[in-house]
Amino acid sequence: MNHDGRPPEGFAPAGRTSLWAARVRLALRSSRETWRAFAANPIGVVGVAIILIFGLMAVAHPLLMATLWDPTTYDPVTGFGFDEISHPAPPSWRHLLGTDPLGRDILSQLTASTTSAFVLGLVAALVTVGIATMVGALAAYYGGVVDAFFMRLADLIIILPTISLLIVLTALLGLNLFQLALVLGVLGGFGGTAVVIKSQALSIKVKPYIEAAQLAGGGPWHIILVHIVPNLLPLSLLYMMFTVTGAIFSEAVLSFFGILHIRMSWGIMIHTASTGGYLLGGASYWWLIVPAGAAITLLCSSFYLVGRALDEVVNPRLRGR
Amino acid sequence: MAGYLLRRLLQVLVTLFLFVTLSFFLIQAQPGDYSSFYSLNPKLPPEVQSRVRAQFGLDRPLGEQYLLHLKNFATGNFGVSFSHYPQSVLEVILERLPRTAALFLTATVVSFYAGFFLGKMLAWRRGGWVEYSATISGVALFTVFTPWFALMMIWLFAFKLGWFPLGKFLDPLVWRNAPVSANQVFGYMLFTGAAIAVILFLAMLLLAQLGLRRRGWLPAAVAIICVASAVIAWAGSGVGYLALDILKHMVLPIATLTLISFAGTMLLTRNSMLETLREDYITAARAKGLPEKVVRDRHAARNALLPVVTSLVFSLAFAVDGGVITESVFSWPGMGLTLLDAVLSEDLPLAMGALVFVGLLALVAHAVADVLYVYLDPRIRYQ
Repeated sequence: MNHDGRPPEGFAPAGRTSLWAARVRLALRSSRETWRAFAANPIGVVGVAIILIFGLMAVAHPLLMATLWDPTTYDPVTGFGFDEISHPAPPSWRHLLGTDPLGRDILSQLTASTTSAFVLGLVAALVTVGIATMVGALAAYYGGVVDAFFMRLADLIIILPTISLLIVLTALLGLNLFQLALVLGVLGGFGGTAVVIKSQALSIKVKPYIEAAQLAGGGPWHIILVHIVPNLLPLSLLYMMFTVTGAIFSEAVLSFFGILHIRMSWGIMIHTASTGGYLLGGASYWWLIVPAGAAITLLCSSFYLVGRALDEVVNPRLRGR
Repeated sequence: MAGYLLRRLLQVLVTLFLFVTLSFFLIQAQPGDYSSFYSLNPKLPPEVQSRVRAQFGLDRPLGEQYLLHLKNFATGNFGVSFSHYPQSVLEVILERLPRTAALFLTATVVSFYAGFFLGKMLAWRRGGWVEYSATISGVALFTVFTPWFALMMIWLFAFKLGWFPLGKFLDPLVWRNAPVSANQVFGYMLFTGAAIAVILFLAMLLLAQLGLRRRGWLPAAVAIICVASAVIAWAGSGVGYLALDILKHMVLPIATLTLISFAGTMLLTRNSMLETLREDYITAARAKGLPEKVVRDRHAARNALLPVVTSLVFSLAFAVDGGVITESVFSWPGMGLTLLDAVLSEDLPLAMGALVFVGLLALVAHAVADVLYVYLDPRIRYQ
């Protein structure tokens, strides 16, 4: 794969528009190649399929609320199933996955939570990768004190037990979904991801084209932003996938403990069942726990699987093995 | 070697300093300060509030507060716990730290050995349904939602089958007329475990020195004698039934934590072992006519061990977190449950103290694993 999907600057055809046309054409071709290498691996395709199914669920919730589902009955937080005699009610045609102890529709909660899981994962991943890429590029380019500072910081964050830290943070500050995503993003960005991306940036820094750019009079920022960062992006994309897994898992654990300010999530669904005392009912109240637990496990592992498959495409050491 | 250890120790101290600094900024980031929680609580006398304000130096400038924070940390003065009022934070933590350490240590060691052994075997006997099903269940255990898995374990083994008690540390009915406190018994149990580990380690060293280690039955015999004499000593002590009660409560949390953390080791060992098996020195070892078992254990597994230990070093923080989750689901009164309860009851000094000690546990484990890695990898040792 052409790492940045662009032709080298000096070989571009004359004229601005044709240069961009060539760039787009090459990017398309390289992404087609990447997809072919990716699709050769069944686990990656399975992962993408699971993510797409969850994406459909996320889209389906607002549509269903607008058309089929009456908000007084089906709202994930304030709804109540008046049509059932007692709650939690087992699955029926009106409530396909039954209701929770407070009379709310499980399927509605499940689909509504999908949206927040995606928002959380996306924000956390973008922040992580944004910070990690910049930190990695800066540490690799400048070395010395900058490098030592960021790497010691990363060491500290790697050693920190994240969940315990987040538990205390929620106590001190009271986090909502967006703030949690930011905190996870900052922790990930300055932590382990930065170390991995820095080692990749080091191998880019010694390439001849960096030297050529320096000789041509390129400043540090120009070289970092135009020559180093684009070449780090494939690896960054890979680490976005692993960040999403970690973010969804952390949110689910904190919600399960009931200490986040979030409207609805899979973790809260399990928390509701747990505080209601329905957990030891086991199989007789399966719809309270199994859908939410399976959703967390499935979405986490699908992003993990996509990450593993991407790893084999991005990582030349593993490719074609 | 000594130089490396010294440098490593210095790094640990720097990291510890950064961690304490971070905890100071966390406290500063909250709205209000510690004492505002006292002013809202009618049950606590005002002199406690003034004492804490003086103790934490909340009326002084920020720089001075920071120095005081460092001093408090160095002297182990974390203030008084709100929810366990007469007890200080340090007392609460010192009571609970051994329980977490026991849980964490046992699960980490057992899961590492089990994961390494199974991964080795999977790579050695490649193909077939055993490898396939072990890999699938490994991935499932690796990605499963931890609290949900712990709850399922409780439901199956404690509720449905009734083999083990439903969480907690001990059964109050058994302990009603107990002559000693639970912490004492638990302390002796920890001592027994540590003593057995040390004696076994020394015996192995001695056997290796005498060149007797290849005889498979000798180490096993030493282990059996150790454990048997410990069991006899406990049975004769008169409080054996109390120890047994604690032990029964320990099995399920340790099993859960082990199952969660061993899958990663197993999968990684399998991959690492598969790569090692392709090396030329394995072919050479086979060509020399060495027995298969020696090729597997001495040549392949020994070299496959290094990346696995590296990953163990980096996943220790995750294991500590797994312990926090497991403890709170099983109501095991260790650091994790203390942390969560402190947060839920807004007992901030205890929460901060628990966080610092959980971090310290991870830091120490990290440093120990690092030193172990130096011992295992001669390329670092002789640098």
